[in-house]
Amino acid sequence: MTEERKFDSASFYQFLAEKKLMGSKCKKCHALYLPPHPICIKCHGSDMEWVELKGDGKLAAFTAISVGPTCTIAEGHDRNNPYLAGIVKMDEGPKICGRIHGIDPKNPDRIKVGTTVKVEFPEQVQGTRRYVAFKAT
Amino acid sequence: MSLKAKKPGRGVAIVGAGMSKFGSFADKTSRDLFVEAFQAMAKSVDKGIETKDIEALYVGNFSSDLFENQGHIAPIMADWVGLVPKPATRVEAACASGGLALRTAFIAVASGLFDIVVASGVEKMSNLPTERVTDTLAAASDALYEAVCGFTFPGLYAAIATAYMAKYGATPEDFMRVGIKNHKNGALNPKAQFNKSIRDLMNSRIEKAKQKGEPTPTWHDELEFLKDPAANPVVAWPMRLFDCSPITDGAACLLLVAEDLAKDFSNTPLYIIGSGHATDHALPEREDMTTISAARVAAKQAYDMAGVTPKDIQIAEVHDCFTIAELVAIEDLGFFKPGGAYMATREGVTARDGAKPINTSGGLKSKGHPVGASGIGQVVESWAQMRGEAGPRQVPGKDIRLALAHNVGATGGTCVVHIFERR
Repeated sequence: MTEERKFDSASFYQFLAEKKLMGSKCKKCHALYLPPHPICIKCHGSDMEWVELKGDGKLAAFTAISVGPTCTIAEGHDRNNPYLAGIVKMDEGPKICGRIHGIDPKNPDRIKVGTTVKVEFPEQVQGTRRYVAFKAT
Repeated sequence: MSLKAKKPGRGVAIVGAGMSKFGSFADKTSRDLFVEAFQAMAKSVDKGIETKDIEALYVGNFSSDLFENQGHIAPIMADWVGLVPKPATRVEAACASGGLALRTAFIAVASGLFDIVVASGVEKMSNLPTERVTDTLAAASDALYEAVCGFTFPGLYAAIATAYMAKYGATPEDFMRVGIKNHKNGALNPKAQFNKSIRDLMNSRIEKAKQKGEPTPTWHDELEFLKDPAANPVVAWPMRLFDCSPITDGAACLLLVAEDLAKDFSNTPLYIIGSGHATDHALPEREDMTTISAARVAAKQAYDMAGVTPKDIQIAEVHDCFTIAELVAIEDLGFFKPGGAYMATREGVTARDGAKPINTSGGLKSKGHPVGASGIGQVVESWAQMRGEAGPRQVPGKDIRLALAHNVGATGGTCVVHIFERR
């Protein structure tokens, strides 16, 4: 019953739990938003519909984080165990932040902007928040 | 409907500027730092200011709530310098809180509602351990979609850096050169948190190793030192420790008056001739992540109001919270073409003795970045340079009549730009 869900972050993360990467599309000007927006920030219309993205994209920017916040320290990350976060440009156009898997975070100088990635839906670890993740293909 | 370029209702001048020492002070709270800055500001007013004549206070502060477990700090700052019952307003725009406090004070005087006000900023950051500071700063990003996947503040700027490298061919060494330059300036600033050049820091490490009888490091120059992960560890690749501004405690104050009162207070006032303020989307929603459109929009407003061009600006303090941020800033301000900043930095154009000196104070990188105070601290440097009071770091061979300050909140959600003139 996708059409009845509100265009908000709760719906976005609920969809993610259902292994779907969902954005919103303005029915008037066809602008596509990921994460979903309730109001079109281009034409200011508010008649939106849900769109499922295929999940393919390219790394537009990234970083290997050695000094993390408390949430990633709790996951076991530190100076000796960095993790990758990136901004992915989806094939459909919009960009979104995500954790990047499948590339060695210890050799970030070998990672190229433009690397192709695909969305993945890791199991949510208890006591942590769900987030978007991608895997290098 | 088309709106005309905006002009202030009346002119506004800065007639006093002062800051606390920036640094890490276990025994000082935000109010102690604020008192220090307020007294330094009062001392800088050529003909004196009586506290009773100040009509209102604007305080830039990002998050005393999280840093000190103290909300509602504006009346406390007012009380500690004897301003109660005058109105005091806290202004929050992440790291641009100070710049926005200045703009708010400017608007208040330009409107005619007040003649004499204080624009200020304060932040006390060093109480928390590093990971909690990281959490607190990450709260200035988009908590729902950026911070949630592990992005830190250095991480977001590091991402900008990778996009910049991919687009323009810059290298991590180009970021390091910004830090080397700013530390060189900060070494001459007694109020700076790290008033040591990278060369000095490198030499003192070598000296320490010798004294301890440890193997002597073999760095030949600053770049070799900065490329050594033992000396300069990665925080968020490609941003290393010396690419990041430090965790800082500090405060800064400016005294603003209506233009027709300026000479009653100061022999050499600075006139605020341009002011701009704009917003931008969260980082992923920007078409081009190598530029901050809020900075371009705010700069255009300020240039248009002032009737000057980027070429006319003689010196600028820009928001170098990370070394990459300075490169983006000086392109957004129109000093260099997109992708041109790193070559200009390599060539020394932005050095203190270059054609376009940037961050003569040492910048946030070396002077320190008490986030809510930084935007005001920048203007304290403009004040010193334009009045010829910057001592050993005075820009050589220039009579500075036109200066700019550029203050960014988060990754550019907010940007505030001001232009100052000495007549």
